[in-house]
Amino acid sequence: MAAAIAAHESGVKDILLLERDQYLGGILNQCIHTGFGIEYFKEVLTGPEYAQRFIKEIKKIPDIEISLKSFVVDLTRDKTLTFIKPGILEKVKARVLIMATGCREKTREMIHIAGTRPSGVFSAGLAQKLINIEGLLPGKRVVIAGSGDIGLIMARRFMLEGAEVRAVIEIEKKTRGLLRNVVQCIEDFEIPMYFNHRISKINGKDRVESVTAVKVDDDLNDIPGTDVRFDCDTVLISVGLIPENELIEMAGVQIDKKTNSPVSHELNKTSIPGLFVCGNSFKVYDIVDSVSLDSEIAGRLAAEYLRKKI
Amino acid sequence: MKPFDILIIGGGVIGASIARELSRYRLRIGLVEKEEEPAFGVSKSNSGIIHPGTQNPAGSLKARLCVQGNILTRKICKELGVDFKEVGELIVAFDETERGRLLQLKKEGEALGVPGLEIVDSAWLKANEPNLSDKAIAALYAPTAGIVSPYRLVYDLSENAGRNGVKFYTGAGVEGISQRGERRFEIHTPQGIFNTRYLINAAGLFADEISAMAGVDDFKIRPRKGEEFLLDKKREHITNHLLFPLPSQTSKGILVIKTSDGNPMIGPTAEDAADKEDLSTSDAGFKKVLLSAQKMIPSISEDDVIAYFAGLRPSAGKDFIIRHEDKVPGFINVAGIQSPGLTAAPAIALLVADILKKNGLSLNKKLIFHGHREKTMQLFAIPQEKTRRLIKKDASYGDIVCRCEMVSAKEVKDAIKRGARTLDGIKFRTRAQAGRCHGSFCTTRLLKILSESIEKPVTEITKRGPGSEIVKGNKSGD
Amino acid sequence: MNKKLTCIECPRGCVLSVDAENGKLVRLEGYECPKGEKYAIAEIENPTRILTSTVLTEGLFLKMIPVRTSDPIPKSDIKKAMSEIIKIRIKRSIRTGDVIIKDFLGSGADLIATRDCSV
Repeated sequence: MAAAIAAHESGVKDILLLERDQYLGGILNQCIHTGFGIEYFKEVLTGPEYAQRFIKEIKKIPDIEISLKSFVVDLTRDKTLTFIKPGILEKVKARVLIMATGCREKTREMIHIAGTRPSGVFSAGLAQKLINIEGLLPGKRVVIAGSGDIGLIMARRFMLEGAEVRAVIEIEKKTRGLLRNVVQCIEDFEIPMYFNHRISKINGKDRVESVTAVKVDDDLNDIPGTDVRFDCDTVLISVGLIPENELIEMAGVQIDKKTNSPVSHELNKTSIPGLFVCGNSFKVYDIVDSVSLDSEIAGRLAAEYLRKKI
Repeated sequence: MKPFDILIIGGGVIGASIARELSRYRLRIGLVEKEEEPAFGVSKSNSGIIHPGTQNPAGSLKARLCVQGNILTRKICKELGVDFKEVGELIVAFDETERGRLLQLKKEGEALGVPGLEIVDSAWLKANEPNLSDKAIAALYAPTAGIVSPYRLVYDLSENAGRNGVKFYTGAGVEGISQRGERRFEIHTPQGIFNTRYLINAAGLFADEISAMAGVDDFKIRPRKGEEFLLDKKREHITNHLLFPLPSQTSKGILVIKTSDGNPMIGPTAEDAADKEDLSTSDAGFKKVLLSAQKMIPSISEDDVIAYFAGLRPSAGKDFIIRHEDKVPGFINVAGIQSPGLTAAPAIALLVADILKKNGLSLNKKLIFHGHREKTMQLFAIPQEKTRRLIKKDASYGDIVCRCEMVSAKEVKDAIKRGARTLDGIKFRTRAQAGRCHGSFCTTRLLKILSESIEKPVTEITKRGPGSEIVKGNKSGD
Repeated sequence: MNKKLTCIECPRGCVLSVDAENGKLVRLEGYECPKGEKYAIAEIENPTRILTSTVLTEGLFLKMIPVRTSDPIPKSDIKKAMSEIIKIRIKRSIRTGDVIIKDFLGSGADLIATRDCSV
């Protein structure tokens, strides 16, 4: 939305915004905690409130056509994209394209946690959606793998809903999340944090029954004999985010294998001229305010590209 | 309930193949499965390889049924709309001693009737398998090796058997077998008591326990674990063939496998397991598989691995056990069906039909047997124009649920109509949740669709049956 | 008593060094803005937090509406606040910022909706 609005402000007249969900705002809708907007709006907002500001703004602009439940299935080098939505398959050719596809969470599989595959293993974001959007409680005794911000925030969320968070287990020496989240989500609730530890095994046949954690040395190798077992029915995985760039990869944009970001020498640009990537899909930011600012730059770059072409 | 002519215990590929084969005849057939859905036992973790028939002991059931099964599987896949790809396999030699063993394998394979075997040299390998290690000096090429999706094969066999009258009961683990005279079995399960004249034991890992219940306890199933690791679909074309090292005494070794879904797979390990329900993977297994796979394809990296699982092979000695138990007339054991069991399955089904006939059951063909089923539609596998037509016909084909694998709400609902009752059941049938995000984005939607379709509260929806509920309840206050 | 605090007012997370006597702040170092000072005083004298949660709806497009307190409330009230929040049902269309409960638990802060939702 930030990119579309900025592009419009810079003079672009005919904008199509495709969103695959049934509402605008993306992941912000499930981030009901505060901490958004301090830089951008100079106010403390929750995720849905932050999104709402943009939704209100964008709905005032008739030049921006919004298409919800729209899923892009194909993208080619010449910026022709095919999307489907209930009842419709549509092909459109864009003169300039901005990708604001965000990021996804790293999975248990990406960090190779051994053990069984019972129910009760969730990405922190899925647990967040289950609680905040669906009103369901994923588990009652929780261990959190990794100390990313979503994991820390979900620790508090579980505690508030009457569940018990047994431990946060982080392989590094210090937290990956913001310090403020350690204070208000972990210390406020006296949740034990284990640094220099990793979950080595998930146990349980049908449902998670426990996890085994092990201490690691400075090179992240297991230290034998340091196994600890935590009984729990749920494991949350919060070990980082990866940009979602499979679509532009399909179009032939060069992607960095390690980070999954587009290979680029300049902010928001890709190896295909006129195809821009912004926000968390360009690189993963700590806070949403930076995402909005970055996306506005992409919107302006897109407008500039169009002007130069004419 | 009216007695069955035949009751099959076990809804894996063996049980389903037998059920489908026998459904040609005028018989009352039932199948009981202890899990919530078919294919949730041994079959779910199968590699999906349709073996050409090499590497089996001469004169064994394995040898005969594998070669025969390779041919039959193609026909069945065509009839049922299951994808079968004949990709061919290479058994790779890295030194002169190994090259010698290739010649031996070729000779043995030819004696077993395996067609088209050929020794290929390093130049051939460079041209046809460019990512293979340059230390490979030769390979035995078996062109008739192929791949299928093992669980989709089971689902489609079961569905077709069902269409032809076979009754399926899931969540029906056998608790006891009693006999009320000759050819009068009474099978006790949580779903009720079933009476049958003939009883077929295709219970996989638990075949020894079932057999003992029926009064035959002369074999033991020893589970042997195999850990397998799936690579990202982006690496689909890392190999053109199935790659095998030279086999050891106990296993075919660690392979680089092409799968029906596109993701390459590496594995499996082969370790004796103490527990028939131990499906855990290990750090050691991961290291071992990765190293062995890299020996063949050096460019495989740890970061390519996106999923992993373990399966248990139901081993009962060197060969399959497929026999009528004369001591218990009407009782047929189909046990110890480990590799190449998937390949052999249709041949096993024919053999079982023959055994039944020899033991007094008359097999009369039905006038109408529905041998064909329409192929299950998968959006990601069809051209755009076809997608456009489908969406026009049914709008919900345009409602994408799983973004990683491009699965629509329509496909999910169809899967449920065809019998999916769990999230794993939906995954195996449609691939929703099988992609790189592992269900982070689509799980909530799937929960809701399944809950609405089968009219069960979301809190009762499971991953793979009772005990594996996805959530622990409603948020407090609800 | 000397104590180290991490300020939670913004993502920067300044580390504050505080001395407190009889529950009152007597010395403060390390803060970089007025928010930090305010936070330190509150944290020592009466720690407060903005509480965010969700409430159930009846007959609305969304099953849950996110809510928060308009201002921080005492930390010691959070448990009580949660047990009040779970009793609420929203049955009418609602807009971001609408007050759901005025002067929530007598804290002076309101409980407000943080998302629009129609019937």
